[in-house]
Amino acid sequence: MFQQIHTLILKELTLEWRQKYALNGILLYVVSAVFITYLSVGAKQGNIGVPTWNALYWIIILFSAVNAVAKSFVQEHQGRQLYYYMVASPEAIIVSKIIYNSILTLVLALLGYLVFSIILGNPVQDQGLFLLNLILGSLGFSACLTMVSGIASKASNNATLMAILSFPVIIPILLMTIRVSKNAIDGLDWSVSVDKVITLLAINAIISATAYILFPYLWRS
Amino acid sequence: MKSSWWKILTIVLLAYTIIAGLLLDVPRLPILNETIRALYFHVTMWFGMIIMLVVAVIYSIKFLRTNDLRNDDIAIEFTNAAILFGVLGIVTGMLWAKFTWGDYWSGDPKQNASAIGLLMYFAYLILRNSLTDVHQRARIGAVYNIFAFAAFIPLIFVLPRLTDSLHPGNGGNPGFNAYDMDSNLRQVFYPAVIAWTLLGTWLSVVRVKLKRAERKIEDRLINQL
Repeated sequence: MFQQIHTLILKELTLEWRQKYALNGILLYVVSAVFITYLSVGAKQGNIGVPTWNALYWIIILFSAVNAVAKSFVQEHQGRQLYYYMVASPEAIIVSKIIYNSILTLVLALLGYLVFSIILGNPVQDQGLFLLNLILGSLGFSACLTMVSGIASKASNNATLMAILSFPVIIPILLMTIRVSKNAIDGLDWSVSVDKVITLLAINAIISATAYILFPYLWRS
Repeated sequence: MKSSWWKILTIVLLAYTIIAGLLLDVPRLPILNETIRALYFHVTMWFGMIIMLVVAVIYSIKFLRTNDLRNDDIAIEFTNAAILFGVLGIVTGMLWAKFTWGDYWSGDPKQNASAIGLLMYFAYLILRNSLTDVHQRARIGAVYNIFAFAAFIPLIFVLPRLTDSLHPGNGGNPGFNAYDMDSNLRQVFYPAVIAWTLLGTWLSVVRVKLKRAERKIEDRLINQL
């Protein structure tokens, strides 16, 4: 099982590295999205309020994550899926995809953070909490989006489906991350955010566990 | 006649809910005044909705275990009925909010969460309709139904409790029990929950029967050709 997960993650990384255009495309997506936001709000550095900064940042991360993770099942050939079906257990596949997508989402979030800091200013006072929140948020996003991408790949018209299926499900995670990140930006004491971080962890656990249990049924069809 | 006793019970309870709910004495509370009667309709419809969603999830799990389409019929029809009650519940809630909070929509966490919950289940319907194969539709629908329910529970029951809500029982507002303890309210409240749930069950059962009859006719047509 662990051997399979390890191999599958390595396979994802190799594939991504070989088709660099997909990875570069999504990285460019983040940068362009941030730049469009910057021009649209007409903000100069430090000119934009903290709640707005926070909300814009998370919305951009959400949309980039949806785009990045959408391809995990949708863009794979039927033949290749059949091959995985024969060589690996569905549990190993979903776990490896979730881990790989978390790494991808985290990279996107960090890149977004970097670009945001350069052009819109960096109001974050508690870097540690902000980064912890980014890691937890990426985990939750990727668990939810990977599962939904698996569901959407079974239906036609999957770009729209991906969005409408994932947004309502992802909102609890998004709300919690936005709140924690607001606390981190304001540099509040950790004790204020502890219960929210725990709730976020619990929601992540529920979503991941459900995905883990349900994916075999999806995979078999 | 034996099997229809619960339908008669539904009609009796519904009639009781409407008549007693509108005419019986209610406690006089500041701000709430007569709008406290919304408790018999708005709150009970949400209770009914949640019970029906639980039934739908149980039948979705049953479907995944047995692969029997009859379980899927029950799951989808109970979800449909639950969506109907969800919409009714949100509309009655908005009416109530207009008279107590001053606005149809005041951005209350629970209000927002229930709107998101409805979005989730509308997406479920669209997902089902975008799949053409009956078995695949049932299977993927069941998977998403369970997945959505797992996200729906923290959304409705956990998140609103973390922030201040205008809803009774949150953020220093008078709690449910503060006025629910009044025995007059209880007399109508519990029968109303049962009445709405039974009405939803009735609706679903009729539609399940219709669906099964349609499938039978279709099968017969296909086999003749």
